Amino acid sequence: MKIWEELNMNRTFAVSAVLSATIMTAAGTAHADDLTLCWAAWDPANALVELSSDFEEETGHTMNFEFVPWPNFADRMLNELNSGGQLCDLMIGDSQWIGGAAEAGHYVQLNDFFDTHGIDMGDFIPATVTGYAEWPKNTPNYWALPAFGDVVGWTYRRDWFRRPELQAEFQETYGRELGVPETLAELRDIAEFFQGREIDGTTVYGAAIYTERGSEGITMGVTNVLYNYGFQYGNPDSPYEIEGFANSEGAVAGLEFYRDLYECCTPPGSSDWYMSENIDAYRSGQVAMQMNFAFIWPGVHADENVGGDRSGYFPNPAGPEGHYAQLGGQGISVVSYSDSRDAALEYIAWFAQPEVQEQWWKLGGYSALRAVVESPDFAGSQPYAQTFLDSMAIVRDFWAEPAYADLLLAMQDRVHNYVVAGNGTAQQALDGLVDDWVEIFEDEGLR
Amino acid sequence: MSEIPIERIAKSTPPAMARSIRSLSDRAIAWIFISPTIFLLLAVNIFPLVWTIRLSFTNYRVNRPNAEVDWVGTQNYERILTDPDIWATMQATAHFLVWTIVLQVLIGFTLAWLINQKFKGNDIWTTIIVLPMMLSPAVVGNFWTFLYQPQIGLFNYVVSFVTGANPTSFSMIGDVDLAPWAIILVDTWMWTPFVMLICLAGLRSIPDSIYEAAECDRASNWRQFWTITVPMVLPFLMLAVLFRGIENFKMFDLIVQLTGGGPGNTTTLTAIDLKREAFERWRTGFASAYAVILFVTVFGLASIYVKALNMVKQH
Repeated sequence: MKIWEELNMNRTFAVSAVLSATIMTAAGTAHADDLTLCWAAWDPANALVELSSDFEEETGHTMNFEFVPWPNFADRMLNELNSGGQLCDLMIGDSQWIGGAAEAGHYVQLNDFFDTHGIDMGDFIPATVTGYAEWPKNTPNYWALPAFGDVVGWTYRRDWFRRPELQAEFQETYGRELGVPETLAELRDIAEFFQGREIDGTTVYGAAIYTERGSEGITMGVTNVLYNYGFQYGNPDSPYEIEGFANSEGAVAGLEFYRDLYECCTPPGSSDWYMSENIDAYRSGQVAMQMNFAFIWPGVHADENVGGDRSGYFPNPAGPEGHYAQLGGQGISVVSYSDSRDAALEYIAWFAQPEVQEQWWKLGGYSALRAVVESPDFAGSQPYAQTFLDSMAIVRDFWAEPAYADLLLAMQDRVHNYVVAGNGTAQQALDGLVDDWVEIFEDEGLR
Repeated sequence: MSEIPIERIAKSTPPAMARSIRSLSDRAIAWIFISPTIFLLLAVNIFPLVWTIRLSFTNYRVNRPNAEVDWVGTQNYERILTDPDIWATMQATAHFLVWTIVLQVLIGFTLAWLINQKFKGNDIWTTIIVLPMMLSPAVVGNFWTFLYQPQIGLFNYVVSFVTGANPTSFSMIGDVDLAPWAIILVDTWMWTPFVMLICLAGLRSIPDSIYEAAECDRASNWRQFWTITVPMVLPFLMLAVLFRGIENFKMFDLIVQLTGGGPGNTTTLTAIDLKREAFERWRTGFASAYAVILFVTVFGLASIYVKALNMVKQH
């Protein structure tokens, strides 16, 4: 193990040296370019701006940024790509876009570039390579460099959980200690326990979960339950055969669980909540737990009201059929319509360097480089680091087909219609979803 | 006496050009003047319309530039007209359209009638009443989202104060039964002043002499209202209905801000659905057919309505 680690470190430094030399050489010979990097407007984007100033210093290129709020991010950026726009030289696009962007020629394939510059995808967390970089999946065709590892996990009010009177009451009611839930059933109990409770003179609620209708919110939430109840996108041996997999008995039970959780244990009015609404509810002390992507954890930890020791983090709890969590995060790609392709590639080479990735983590970006996350002091470097590692080990992702938008919207419609609007049954919702997906795959000529 | 500019221009025109202009007929000169406008109209309105109609018979998807585009005949139209989800969207639009127009006409006319009575400070009241329509729909959508928040929203507290119900016991934009009314309420709040202004213009255009003559004939106020006020304001009112009808048929921004089309599809109006088809699902051909159907519907209804309006005016 030690020898492997040493070899790994040596290789890491060798790659780092080669990349640094390449970048310095390129900086000496190439002219300075204006690069625009497009991403979502959120905390990690600010960290990237800070990080990128080093790139500007090293290479002389100027970095510009186009950040779009999450609810409009996909609309805005996919319009940009589909119209062959030249606004973005670099795109940190959502993982689900990779199939469409690769097949439509929006992204530059990076295999040759990686080979030339000694960038090895084996150096990155495998789930992020599959999720953010590969198309077709599980083939060595790379269209992005894993840029920001992310996963859905949970944040909880550790200070409330530790209150002796609440612990005693919980013990009496549920016959076990009030602590981090191991299973979704336990999570529901805790959420129910806190729902409508008076804490410090304020009425609080159990959990903030994703229910958003317009973009991808409720899908990114419900999948955390569905996976763990046995939902599968399709037959593992025949991926587009979805009947009986996406609407299996377990999947139906999972969807019923999510609706029950929404009904019993969420704040009133949380019918269209996603990342920012959940953060607001948690920071303002409305909820005991919140479901959210890991990117929020540095912000929670630093928060004046709920930060530090007052909050804890745990991976998505297991269900009766497994233990998974929804993958988030993005890879960074070079847009094929860019006039500054060489400079954009230079940025990718610079960003892949271990010391840059280490700095990225320190600034609040979740590095996907194994050298960073597998280093011995990583788990203790932040209170949420171990939870991030544990969560990244159990990820699954939504479809990344070119028709992903169709597939996603169908799921948004069906799930929101059942969970929030309360129309029909879980079985009808998932049967309808299967019908929609079958129709989409037939239109795509995949069935 | 100095030359007038047109004479200066005529003199400075080269003789060859002057000869060719002189030989042009009035009709040709008229065409020369209107051709830039016609060209602009063709480029901005007619060409996109023709192109949309053409696309509506294909399976074209703008996000698949490399995919083969097939002629699918009327398949897109058939799918739209037999899709129960789209009919549900049409129903939601009709519900929104009918109720907003009914409420806005009733309240707008009442407000206009009240404002038209001479009383102290009615200018200030007019200004206050028209404030909502001066706001951006995005702003209105955002702040009504806060007003409707069950925990902190003023609206729920007012309802709670009046009815005694727990403010957190209902969610205007999260409840399937309440959400359609929530969007109607906001649109009515925002656009009633517009209807009021048009009605006010109608009321103020009625000559006092007609009422004086009616009073000489000993007509009651009620009779004056139904036989003078209403018929003379009716063309204005119909115009307001036409404007609001067209606007609300394509309502998008306010609803997206308020409910995002939810819960479920309860408040997904046709414009929102069309946008999703075109720019989220990227089914360009299908969305084009959808747009053509909506265009024909609005154009057809508006044409019938304008004819009715003209008949009322003549009457």
